[in-house]
Amino acid sequence: MAEALLEVAGLRKAFGALRATDGVDFEVHEGETHAVIGPNGAGKTTFIKQLSGELRPDAGTIRFAGEDITGQPWHRRSRRGLARSFQITSIYRDFSALDNVALAVQAHAGHSFHFWHAARDDRSLTDPAMQILERIGLHNRKDVLAANLSHGEQRQLEIAMVLASRPRLMLLDEPVAGMGTDESQRMIELLAGLKGEKTVVLVEHDMDAVFSLADRISVLVYGRIIATGTPAEIRANAEVRSAYLGEDL
Amino acid sequence: MNLAPRTLVLLALLVFLAVVPAMAAAFNQPFYLDLFRRIMIFAIAALSLNLILGYGGLVSFGHAAYLGIGAYAVGVLNYYGIDNGFLQWGIAIGASALAALVIGAVSIRTSGIAFIMITLAFTQMLYYLGTSIAEYGGDDGMRLTRLSQFDGLIDLANPSAFYYLVLGLLCLFLWLGHRLVNSRFGLVIRASKSNEARIRAIGISPYPYRLAAFVIAGAVCGLAGALLVNHTAYMTPEFMNWTRSGELMFIVILGGIATTSGPVLGAFVLLLLEDMLSGSGFLPRWVNDHWQFYLGIFLILVVLYARRGLAGLLRGGKDG
Repeated sequence: MAEALLEVAGLRKAFGALRATDGVDFEVHEGETHAVIGPNGAGKTTFIKQLSGELRPDAGTIRFAGEDITGQPWHRRSRRGLARSFQITSIYRDFSALDNVALAVQAHAGHSFHFWHAARDDRSLTDPAMQILERIGLHNRKDVLAANLSHGEQRQLEIAMVLASRPRLMLLDEPVAGMGTDESQRMIELLAGLKGEKTVVLVEHDMDAVFSLADRISVLVYGRIIATGTPAEIRANAEVRSAYLGEDL
Repeated sequence: MNLAPRTLVLLALLVFLAVVPAMAAAFNQPFYLDLFRRIMIFAIAALSLNLILGYGGLVSFGHAAYLGIGAYAVGVLNYYGIDNGFLQWGIAIGASALAALVIGAVSIRTSGIAFIMITLAFTQMLYYLGTSIAEYGGDDGMRLTRLSQFDGLIDLANPSAFYYLVLGLLCLFLWLGHRLVNSRFGLVIRASKSNEARIRAIGISPYPYRLAAFVIAGAVCGLAGALLVNHTAYMTPEFMNWTRSGELMFIVILGGIATTSGPVLGAFVLLLLEDMLSGSGFLPRWVNDHWQFYLGIFLILVVLYARRGLAGLLRGGKDG
């Protein structure tokens, strides 16, 4: 098999006595959607933060596209194509939807030491941003301030901003969290439309989303990955069943 | 053209400022030329602070440092007999930019209270440095023997010529500032203010952009300092006192942060009120004697009831 796009080996991170990440080995292949699930407090967010660069691991290595990125800061990883969405919606509330996406396009269009031309009239930023809004289905809301979008639309905008940074790998932190049934169905369709085209690491509680989207699933419990496999394998795994204490998988 | 009320008010203020010299002459009240020139100089200083405080969310409590550095650049060169305005003002701008680079490089790594305290501490250092140099008048400061000279291009000793120069610079910086905050650079600065985690996540480290904004603001305020010392014809460390930094902050907040017109509105209202309350003959003695008290009441009311400042009471254009 070809080299994995993302390769994590022996990753450890402790907060005092709490071992939030306890020797994690993890691989994501180009094109796959790889879900990370686990009970509350399993260390999922700590794990994804180490992948994105917000947290520095105590030990272990993270390789992305064949390069060791363990010590690289957050913004540099993003420029290499490792983009994350946030569990808590994290958009520029006082910018319009279009401005939000255009800013993400701008971040990957060279440095921003341009002092003169109005960025909002810059077609090289707004055209790609518009395309992404159309794809996400927010193009009719482009001039609405992000703060005035519905919760579901804000989550969609969040995904649009990740897409705008033209990532090789998307880290999606609970994209359907807090959504109603209709909204989460729309989000699942949206993410299904990206399958195969984008490599995705999906951290999610919503099992409908996980089992309809994931090619492979890794189960994180107390900072360790106890199982990795296809959805069918994970459903059948006895250890996983006991970790979820009989919850329906 | 369909202009937002905020833009209209700003344009009306600028037109009013343009006719002040003619009116002051007609009513034989040269004092008003002086008052409005001072207001415009403070508006320039405040709009430079607005770039970092308003748009960038960097609450600098030491912006008077650059006012002082600009003033000292002119005053000290004058002391050594160098009166060339281009040189004096060039050094005022350059020295302020350099000081902002050093202060910014240290302080922008922090945030919140730490940032406020570090910017304050640097400015107090400069203030006490100013008061301690006996050669340049120490506490008392010193009088300029001659205003900045511009080879016959403009004579600052002519009150209206100086007035129109300040008005021209104010208009220039309003326009440049408007371009800047809507450029790619400006959007990064504004975005880092509202959501620092996100700006990193989309691939931008805010530090170099914030530092650049800090230096630009320092340089512009340095020029305001050079104007101020020519305006008063007197250089004093009081220009760098922390109360002065507070006054600049208040102008920005009173006018409405992160708006183009805010600093001008704020400077107008605050300095006119100060003038009126402290004894312009319009108000009774018992007000004049305790004018700071009444000004304080006004400021408290504004902060409580007009949280977005005076500009916030007017509808703005798309770009503020």
